[in-house]
Amino acid sequence: MNGLTFDIAHMLAGGLVLVSFMLLYQDRLYALLNVYALHALVLSLSVAWQAYVQDAPHLYVTAAIALVFKAGVIPIALHRIILRLGIHRDIETVVGIGMTMLAGMGLVALSMVVMLRVTPEADPLAREDLAFALSVLLLGLLVMVTRRNAIGQVVGFMALENGLVLAATGAKGMPLVVEISVAFSLVIAFVVIGIFLFRIRERFDTVDIGALDDFRGERR
Amino acid sequence: MIAAGFQAETAVLVIPIVAAIVLALLPSYRLTAQLNVAASLLTFLAALSLFVIERPVPGEYVFVDDLNIVFIVLNAFVGLTASIFSASYVGHELETGRLTAANLRFYHAMYQIMMFGMNLAFVSNNIGLMWVAVELATLSTVVMVGIYRTHEALEAAWKYFILGSVGIALALFGTILVYMAARPVVGEGNDAMVWTLLVEKAADFDAALLNVAFVFLLLGYGTKVGLAPLHAWLPDAHAEGPTPISAVLSGLLLNVALYVVLRFKILLAASPDAIAPGPLMITMGLTSLIFAAFMLYRRRDIKRMFAYSSIEHMGIIVFAFGMGGPLANFAGLLHMVMHSLTKSAIFYCVGHIAQIKGTQKIADIRGLTETHPGLGWAFLVGVVAIAGLPPLGVFMSEFLIVSSTFAAQPLLAIPLVFGLLVAFGALVLRGTGIAFGEPTGSTAPSNASYLPIYAHLILVLGAGLYLPPPLVGWFQHVARLLG
Repeated sequence: MNGLTFDIAHMLAGGLVLVSFMLLYQDRLYALLNVYALHALVLSLSVAWQAYVQDAPHLYVTAAIALVFKAGVIPIALHRIILRLGIHRDIETVVGIGMTMLAGMGLVALSMVVMLRVTPEADPLAREDLAFALSVLLLGLLVMVTRRNAIGQVVGFMALENGLVLAATGAKGMPLVVEISVAFSLVIAFVVIGIFLFRIRERFDTVDIGALDDFRGERR
Repeated sequence: MIAAGFQAETAVLVIPIVAAIVLALLPSYRLTAQLNVAASLLTFLAALSLFVIERPVPGEYVFVDDLNIVFIVLNAFVGLTASIFSASYVGHELETGRLTAANLRFYHAMYQIMMFGMNLAFVSNNIGLMWVAVELATLSTVVMVGIYRTHEALEAAWKYFILGSVGIALALFGTILVYMAARPVVGEGNDAMVWTLLVEKAADFDAALLNVAFVFLLLGYGTKVGLAPLHAWLPDAHAEGPTPISAVLSGLLLNVALYVVLRFKILLAASPDAIAPGPLMITMGLTSLIFAAFMLYRRRDIKRMFAYSSIEHMGIIVFAFGMGGPLANFAGLLHMVMHSLTKSAIFYCVGHIAQIKGTQKIADIRGLTETHPGLGWAFLVGVVAIAGLPPLGVFMSEFLIVSSTFAAQPLLAIPLVFGLLVAFGALVLRGTGIAFGEPTGSTAPSNASYLPIYAHLILVLGAGLYLPPPLVGWFQHVARLLG
């Protein structure tokens, strides 16, 4: 492994973590979606670079899926949903931006400490990749818990899945079945989400999860 | 013989998927309800035939061993009785207009896809495929939970979907870590995901990586098992979906997730340097048990109450497997089977009760043994069974768990028994309230299907009185496998 390939892989995976941080402080739905598209774009570059480094042509397919679906089709479709529902207003966050960012930093530090400590024998590329992937995953989770809006939660979930794809591509020679399944689950997820968004809108006239809480079964 | 073996294990997968396609195409709901039963019956027969045929050599993707055969047969059996119950249940829902014919077509097709996903999770020998199967089973139940399209149902489905997805994402990360640990030893590619190969060579795996993987797997699949504090989706999903789905969720889907955790536990046990999974599982199990036991007292919705009871029992089972050793594992397995049978029988009763009374509120249901003796007494027997009273099967398995805990770790027996007693009190209190007293609500005769209820209860009673020696021998063998 020469220094340059490693550095580029490192830069791309690190870039993904950075974009995950950008997701954390977006306070408008459109901006959130745009940053998510950027997130998917960086993922696609990172996967393509892994495909080149590992000489694994099937990973180019994963990269293409990330580029076409995650950076293209899904953000555009969500854009249209938002437009149709007329909800392109601010996103209510549960805690302040500052606290969220601090929590995010803590999570990244945590995943570095955990992953780098337990993988001293793995090859350096996979090792760093895994640490970054866990950071992306945890930051995605953080986006999910700090948004009260259904679309915000969906974006957090998709960012989380990007972290999984990064981890799967970092594990050299991992069989294709997993990549397909990730893409597959994402498509299904999107179908389900799409249905739900419309149904929720039908029922509640809003996609604010707070409105759902009022109908909690416990309070009947 | 090998060909026949392969056919039987393929059959449990092919029948549901073919049935799903056929059911999605047929318009008549009476016919589809019957076909649903027929397909489930065929699957059950195929599952039973796994006992008699010679085992095939474990393949790259599917295999049958002593552990999963128990689960496949249990899964197919409860799947069959639930489909019979479902046929009478959805008929009533259609009459009252809660569901439309188009809903039902979708419902029946999804039912078979769910059965396919669960069977696939059991027979898969590939940890990646196992993950896909659990995901498939989950997604199919998500859409079924939301089928009533009410506020509560949508909220329950959304919560189930989001929490389930997070769980499944953590589980996939754990699976990737297992692959990373296996790769240097087993070699690159598909081999490093084949469970039978992994277990063979687990002793040489990087223990630290395996440890972290197990934490992710336990948290991820533990969400599906409904372990506290990851249980938040479970009561809503059970309470708001159609009752046949509540029965299958409680009786089967929780088992599927637990089965996957057990597979990875065996893997971890085969690696001498890795942490013992026991303490983690014991902690989560006890937390779930005690938490759910207290929550039982505050429930006002009958389905929600039994959902918490499921959390409680999953806690007990995870605790038993966490204790480990031949006796505790045996008890855990037995408890899993007993809980599946009893809990689904209870949900069958509850489904009919809620339909007759037109409500799920516990306070509005009284004196059931007077107005509907068949249903009321069956319900009472179910509640007595799940509360762990002798002579029923759940008593036997709980007794074994408690006594094996006393033998191994007497201090841990204190919180365990405490949790069991608290839950017992709540269940008996609510159960007697529903069964006796001044009758309330509608007294219309029910067109309930008693066959599935009684079949389950007779099996539970039978297991409490006498366990056939071959079955005991089989379970003991599996318990040793679990380490």
